[in-house]
Amino acid sequence: MAYLLKGVSILGGKPTDLHLGDDGLITDRSDDKAEVIDATGLVALPGLVDVHTHLREPGREDAETVETGSRAAALGGYTAVCAMANTSPVADTAGVVEQVWRLGREAGLVDVQPIGAVTVGLAGKQMAELGAMATSAAKVRIFSDDGFCVADPKLMRRALEYVKAFDGVIAQHAEEPRLTEGAQMHEGEVSTRLGLTGWPAVAEEAIIARDVLLAEHVGSRLHVCHVSTAGSVEVLRQAKARGVRVTAEVTPHHLLLTDEMASGYDPVFKVNPPLRTARDVDALRQALLDGVIDVVATDHAPHAVQDKECEWSYARPGMLGLETALPIVLSVFGEKWELIADRMSIAPARIAGLAGHGGDLTKAGSPANLTLVDPSARWVVEPGGLASRSSNTPYAGMTLPGRIVATFLRGEATVLDGKAVK
Amino acid sequence: MIKHLRSAADLDAETATLILDTAAEMAALSGREVKKLPALRGRTVVNLFYEDSTRTRISFEAAAKRLSADVINFSAKGSSVSKGESLKDTALTLQAMGADAVVIRHSASGAPHRLANWVEGSVVNAGDGTHEHPTQALLDAYTMRSRLGRLDGLRVSIVGDVLHSRVARSNVLLLSTLGAQVTLVGPPTLIPLDVAAALSPSTKVSYDLDSVIPDSDVVMMLRVQTERMQDSYFPSAREYSRRYGLDLPRMRNMPEHAIVMHPGPMNRGMEIAPEVADSPRSTIVEQVANGVSVRMAVLYLLLGGK
Ligand SMILES: [Zn+2]
Repeated sequence: MAYLLKGVSILGGKPTDLHLGDDGLITDRSDDKAEVIDATGLVALPGLVDVHTHLREPGREDAETVETGSRAAALGGYTAVCAMANTSPVADTAGVVEQVWRLGREAGLVDVQPIGAVTVGLAGKQMAELGAMATSAAKVRIFSDDGFCVADPKLMRRALEYVKAFDGVIAQHAEEPRLTEGAQMHEGEVSTRLGLTGWPAVAEEAIIARDVLLAEHVGSRLHVCHVSTAGSVEVLRQAKARGVRVTAEVTPHHLLLTDEMASGYDPVFKVNPPLRTARDVDALRQALLDGVIDVVATDHAPHAVQDKECEWSYARPGMLGLETALPIVLSVFGEKWELIADRMSIAPARIAGLAGHGGDLTKAGSPANLTLVDPSARWVVEPGGLASRSSNTPYAGMTLPGRIVATFLRGEATVLDGKAVK
Repeated sequence: MIKHLRSAADLDAETATLILDTAAEMAALSGREVKKLPALRGRTVVNLFYEDSTRTRISFEAAAKRLSADVINFSAKGSSVSKGESLKDTALTLQAMGADAVVIRHSASGAPHRLANWVEGSVVNAGDGTHEHPTQALLDAYTMRSRLGRLDGLRVSIVGDVLHSRVARSNVLLLSTLGAQVTLVGPPTLIPLDVAAALSPSTKVSYDLDSVIPDSDVVMMLRVQTERMQDSYFPSAREYSRRYGLDLPRMRNMPEHAIVMHPGPMNRGMEIAPEVADSPRSTIVEQVANGVSVRMAVLYLLLGGK
């Protein structure tokens, strides 16, 4: 179906009419049969792209499925998500990545782009068949052992080199495992008070420093997942200044929350890497503004109730993110629409190699992947009201700015009037 | 009165002093013929122990029984996380049993905080992971006060594996609240980060036991697990003992009035020499006896006994 978005503001610009053709492309021709949407006061952004999502299927369908996660994504303004490989079975073969890819197509709410594991079973020992995943129907380009660090330097070097053959990228969960044995939260003043084993910032920074040197040495691309410390920002800043081909992401929660949130031992605030200090939060915000950090990625990590309603040390790390990412970014940075479009759509689409996403909405012929935001709307986060199958949001009860009114995937509405169409 | 005792930080100076004063009354009463007081008759105290600690459990059990409370011992040890009932389900069971207070010992830091969300009764932390052990700090403070007559201005050195010690955290918080000056002593690997900011601004740190000893009114030795050396916190038991153990020569450098404390169980020959542990300066046996009086006071005050 064709749509006419009347009076929409593209990236905060002057109100205009935006035509979405029934061929799924943006067009400058009007169509009498187009459904007219009054978009007065709404801002159009290119559909958001998440390079770091946990959809949990196959294996933990009680926490999330490709379908429920896709719905949460569409409601959050996303048109594409990259599904992390730490499923059960692990997405370390062409068969599993194709299964996830197919489930995404069937759900039809966002493009689900599987990420392949770097090593067999995420065990960090033997390289998975990266080439087979790259040439599969899922056309995998990002490889990650996320949840685990590819800690072995030789294996990391080889993986960085190997994926050059098909323009792949290794997305590293930077955590030196020997420095984080038993770690429960950021190592610092609060961990001392709470008697929880610390996760020192240097465990992240040391791996990033090593990896940018390895990437430089072999001339490969490196992507750093969920950067969380001020020290990591400095390492990245220097590497980029030297011309190392490194990109990096930051999560909405690391842009807003601090380790003080752990004080009540509520595991909804347990996440890996852990929430850091206010100083780290400031450095991450500045790095995103400067472009030292390229993208905002959710690290959307649904968990079943029993995995969070327990002692802090026994809880699984991770928090929901898809439905709150844009509102959090809006609340942190305000209505910087160009910045938001770049960091949440254009740059992540480029990193993930998703050509149809992050396009120019003013250009006829671009795929009609976009989302409409009402920046003046305020809403209260209710865990039970989210579309995700899980409810482990750290923002429960918070009033957030910005409501997603509609999302279009190749011209088809996936969200209308703030509700998923299916 | 506060409802829960999850951390020594739950206690302000007034409340802490009330507990110590009440403990003194309890001790006086226990000295008489009739050891049982009717204060908590008809009230139920549950000892929920996820870790083996016979001494702490017996101490709480004796305290509750001397106040005529009904005591239920609920040993959850062995019910592993994967197989066993969740803490929440256990809490709901205890709630249904009408527990007025739950005394919890758990290997996970913060377990008492979680439990307090799920039960209506009072929660008393009897040691949680590497976090706190507030009744131990109360009985230590009680012991110091009875031996030395005051807490305000007292110079207390806590020596050993502070990083993993719930006793140390609770002691720093409580003693600072009551005006004592605490110095933490140990190898840098076993002193947590930012202790002054995290616990109390007056807290000092030293890596040199010999320099601290002559200026200490109290030297409290912490148990050091020998497994720590496998994790590179220190090279060997012998080196640890030489640098941070309290032996006779070191004890002779303490001021004449100064006392030696240990929360137990001790590694004799490791952090404390047997001659020191058994010396008249040592309060180790008193600490055990005082534990019952202090826990009586805590239960009595939390449950609003009459
Ligand atoms: Zn990760």
